[in-house]
Amino acid sequence: MIDFGDIFREQRPRAVATLIRLLGDFDLAEDMLQEAVTVALVQWPRDGVPSNPGAWLVSTARHKALDHLRRDKTFERKMGELEHLSTTIVTPNVDKDHGFPDDLLRLIFTCCHPALALEAQTALTLKTICGLTVDEIARAFLVRPTTMAQRLVRAKKKIRSARIPYAVPDAERLGDRLAGVLRVLYLVFNEGYAATSGDKLVRDELCIEAIRLTRLLRNLLVAESEIAGLLALMLLQDSRRSARVGVAGDLVLLEDQDRSLWNTRSINEGVALAEDALRAGGGGFYALQAAIASLHAQPARAEETDWAQIAALYDLLFRSFPSPVVALNRAVAVAMATGPEAGLFLIAELESAGELSGYYLLHSAKADLLRRLGRKREAAKAYARALELVDQDAERQFLERRLREVRSS
Amino acid sequence: MKYLLMIYDEESRWASMSEAEQGEIFGEYMAFGQGIKDSGNYVGGEALEPTASATTVQVRDGKTLTTDGPFAETREQLGGYYMIEAENLDQAIEIAARIPTAREGSIEVRPILPTPAPE
Repeated sequence: MIDFGDIFREQRPRAVATLIRLLGDFDLAEDMLQEAVTVALVQWPRDGVPSNPGAWLVSTARHKALDHLRRDKTFERKMGELEHLSTTIVTPNVDKDHGFPDDLLRLIFTCCHPALALEAQTALTLKTICGLTVDEIARAFLVRPTTMAQRLVRAKKKIRSARIPYAVPDAERLGDRLAGVLRVLYLVFNEGYAATSGDKLVRDELCIEAIRLTRLLRNLLVAESEIAGLLALMLLQDSRRSARVGVAGDLVLLEDQDRSLWNTRSINEGVALAEDALRAGGGGFYALQAAIASLHAQPARAEETDWAQIAALYDLLFRSFPSPVVALNRAVAVAMATGPEAGLFLIAELESAGELSGYYLLHSAKADLLRRLGRKREAAKAYARALELVDQDAERQFLERRLREVRSS
Repeated sequence: MKYLLMIYDEESRWASMSEAEQGEIFGEYMAFGQGIKDSGNYVGGEALEPTASATTVQVRDGKTLTTDGPFAETREQLGGYYMIEAENLDQAIEIAARIPTAREGSIEVRPILPTPAPE
């Protein structure tokens, strides 16, 4: 039995992207695609799936739009640009094999346009390109569905009224704009991956969609090493998805994870991509993080992790992209490579700089190093401080367990 | 499509500059203005007197109320504007980024509401 849902999901990004170009309107394109899907659900089981389902969906949706125009005068007014529509609607057919690859890029760059608020970029990407419902997106970001719906309406309205172009940026601006797109994709992934509260199915869906979209983007812009880096990073993190949360919903640290639960296929693909990204001259933000993730993913046992190499990569990362969070990670890697004291020294420096004093991971990292040194009383104090600042349930459970351990032993 | 580029800056910064510095920035503005005239993007533009010269007018119940000063006290003040014709927001942003004040202050880019065509 053919899963039509899979076909629609696969075809949706390109189909909706081409329809937006043809119809000049986000809502109309999405509505007409939905109508085409309804027709497909009647016709395909009877007549079989067309040889190019994407082209079929686009052309059916196009005809639906014309039907509406002929029948419905208010619809016509809503359309605004009747002439524009009737001329573009007879443009050449969709390329049999490739569709319009540029349309998908246009759509990605428009959804992630820096003139839109970051949360609007994310929502628009998930709604328009991935086809998630408003309810699903609202649940994933823990906001009310009405709030999410308004956010989407406002974003689409701005695209129209400020005339955000439906275009791929020119070569000069591509790098900058691409960084923005990758940020949105990574945010979507992290929203699904990092938080463990909320609807698990929706969260898994976010990871899957982020990876799928990054993969599509990579095929469209092969030369950009940062896309390979981001895809590698996502795959390597995602490979641990089922190992990182325990039976009780608590967080399991990398070193304590059952590595047999890791997804080897994702790891192999991620490691290969991370190498690609580095070889392509990618000392980029994601390429370096992917290289670090590769080093974590490959050893069969946690003790075999090459911490010296990881610390060196964090050094590189910090030199190119200095931030307190990178510095904290570097401190942890240094601690693992040369001993807890060295790590504590670096963390103390960070603490005195003050920027991360409200960041629970700084206190939990410090607590962990103190625990390793047997300085239990200080460790307990740092765990307690981390607990005051943490807001994720799984992390809280983990910290509470550690706090009990250092207090009781 | 027309866009209004509103130039916001701290008035005190301009006031604290030496004459030579002011002259340099004035020169940059002249060059910028000429540039968008040559490229056909220029529709209009003016610099404003400082907010100390502003009067805010409101009519309530048929009565005109006038208040000394700008409508809102803000950290950066509206100091001038350009009206441009641009293909889309990307081009408008690109032009806004070339305004000398963009380096220190802020440029607000607002699309002009298109006038409906007469029936």
